[in-house]
Amino acid sequence: MGIWLDRDSRIAVQGLTGRNGQFHARQMLDYGTLLVGGVTPGKGGSECLGLPVWDTVAEAVDNGANVSCVFVPPRFAAAAIREAADAGIGLVVAITEGIPALDMVRTKAHLADTGTRLIGPNCPGIITPGVAKVGIMPGHIHRPGDIGIVSRSGTLTYEAVDQVTRIGRGQSTCLGIGGDPIIGTPFIDVLEAFEADPATKAMVMIGEIGGSAEEAAADFVREHVSKPVVGFIAGSTAPPGKRMGHAGAIIAGGKGTAGAKMEAMRKAGIAVTENPAKLGATLEELL
Amino acid sequence: MNIHEYQAKALFRDYGVATQQGRLALTPDEAEAACAALGGDLWVVKAQVHAGGRGKGGGIRLCRSPSEARDAAEALLGSQLVTPQTGPEGVTVRAVYVEAGCEIARELYLGMVLDRERERMVMMASTEGGVEIEAVAAATPEKILKAKLGPDGALTETAARELAQALALEGEQVDCAVEFMLALAQMAQELDCSIVEINPLVITSDDRVIALDAKVNFDDSALFRHPEIGELRDTAAEEPLEARASAAGLNYIKLDGRIGCMVNGAGLAMATMDLIKLHGGEPANFLDVGGGATAKQVTEGFSIILSDPEVEAIFVNIFGGIMRCDFIAEGIIAAAREVEIGVPLVVRLEGTNVELGRQMLDESGLALITAGDMDDGARKVIAAAEGA
Repeated sequence: MGIWLDRDSRIAVQGLTGRNGQFHARQMLDYGTLLVGGVTPGKGGSECLGLPVWDTVAEAVDNGANVSCVFVPPRFAAAAIREAADAGIGLVVAITEGIPALDMVRTKAHLADTGTRLIGPNCPGIITPGVAKVGIMPGHIHRPGDIGIVSRSGTLTYEAVDQVTRIGRGQSTCLGIGGDPIIGTPFIDVLEAFEADPATKAMVMIGEIGGSAEEAAADFVREHVSKPVVGFIAGSTAPPGKRMGHAGAIIAGGKGTAGAKMEAMRKAGIAVTENPAKLGATLEELL
Repeated sequence: MNIHEYQAKALFRDYGVATQQGRLALTPDEAEAACAALGGDLWVVKAQVHAGGRGKGGGIRLCRSPSEARDAAEALLGSQLVTPQTGPEGVTVRAVYVEAGCEIARELYLGMVLDRERERMVMMASTEGGVEIEAVAAATPEKILKAKLGPDGALTETAARELAQALALEGEQVDCAVEFMLALAQMAQELDCSIVEINPLVITSDDRVIALDAKVNFDDSALFRHPEIGELRDTAAEEPLEARASAAGLNYIKLDGRIGCMVNGAGLAMATMDLIKLHGGEPANFLDVGGGATAKQVTEGFSIILSDPEVEAIFVNIFGGIMRCDFIAEGIIAAAREVEIGVPLVVRLEGTNVELGRQMLDESGLALITAGDMDDGARKVIAAAEGA
């Protein structure tokens, strides 16, 4: 069945009436995702894509929502995430790119006192093929199967999905955890969930330069993961001190290099490929 | 976003973070006049560039007379300053900062940074000031003391006092340092600083605590709430092609190789560069056109890549998700009409509307090399660059 989404996931889209929110909500509906409505302060009582729009997340919860997908513009997005958590939403998927880091510091501390899981921000979202898609990934490249895929990047996740599909396997759940320095769900939480998920037989983990989340994930894999894991780290060629697109992708003070991350992953028994076009082939050899 | 030392120190003074008095000088005459205005008998003339390690590169000159300061400014202004952080070509010095000298008793280190593991801002202090802090962190991590700030970005007085004591400060120095640290934390919180680095933080022989250097970096994502900080940006100090890309809403980083890259998504863009290197080539740039690029942005992207004279072939690697391949094809065709591409172009398209996109490229009559997957594309672009 995959992780964190199931047939009881009822999604409210925060920022549904905006251009991005509306576009992607339509794609989610077309994929068969159960959307219950949208939240846009000041537009409560109206309709969008044939769905009800409420002023607050609390009203969405009263109408059955248990997952929210955030397309709110960066300056209001952190408050929108906190509102969802305070309303009792169990899973918040934040797509918004460009939320100030200190807003996320405050929000992350706030979430610690709630039972809410945040995925993202600055991420493509989460999909369990054939069940639900919450985010902006192209649904049609996925197919139901037994490979769990987790990545810090968006399009590189699609690349991995495509390669897995081409070797004749499908995906249990795929998610991007986001390219920002402060994110809701780290690699470790995802790997732990995949390990516990009976529908997942193997995993693909795609990291990138910057920070030390991949090293921590490698430690976790060595201790707690019995299923096969394929790994890749993007950014071997990135020069130190230059930010490679994502707010978190920077080698600073000699830390966060691709080489050190790949080494840590190899030591943990992860099948690391240095060729991003060989994720599928590397997985095929393991299975 | 980076700012210059003189700008950072002006912000420091606004917040009550102690600095020496100083004046910006754009000419040797102004540097000489600055000494007279500042008074005293010791001055420091400092090159204002966006790079650390200025002292090692000769960008910081101690002067004992206004005429010495004039000579120092003359030598620095307009010169290419090479430091351990600039690369061999160096950066052009367009301004110097003339600062009153002081009697230094001790050199310490104080910094603030967003700690991703702790998910908080942290303040770091070390007794090993004036040297490369990365080297200290690697060799003797126990010499770097850290205080975690609150979720609202505030530093408690207790935490500041602990850092001051750990720095072995005494008497009046302790209160001075506590006041200094609290003011600095307030500034970082209110202005959304992502990095603040003071190396060295000095204790003067008369027990004052002073920021002798100042490096401040702001969170680009928070600039919308600090328009006055955005105005401090010095685009002349940035790589010209990177500044141009930034103005067009593109994410471009210039590198040293010969293979231009145009990719959608930061992760895939890095992976594409890695793949080129893996097959023996060298990428000329990182370019993420993003998920919603218009044909106009794609055209500007080509134009920027081609402005780099080293580029001998271009690899377009697109995995269209929400970005449709037919839009990208349209952009490539429009770009080829507007910009003289003139170097081999290898295109790999995958994802949404890929058949339509490929068909459009086929029918355009453009001399493209198509690639089946990214591995194939990387090999083909390297071969094309070698043949060029």
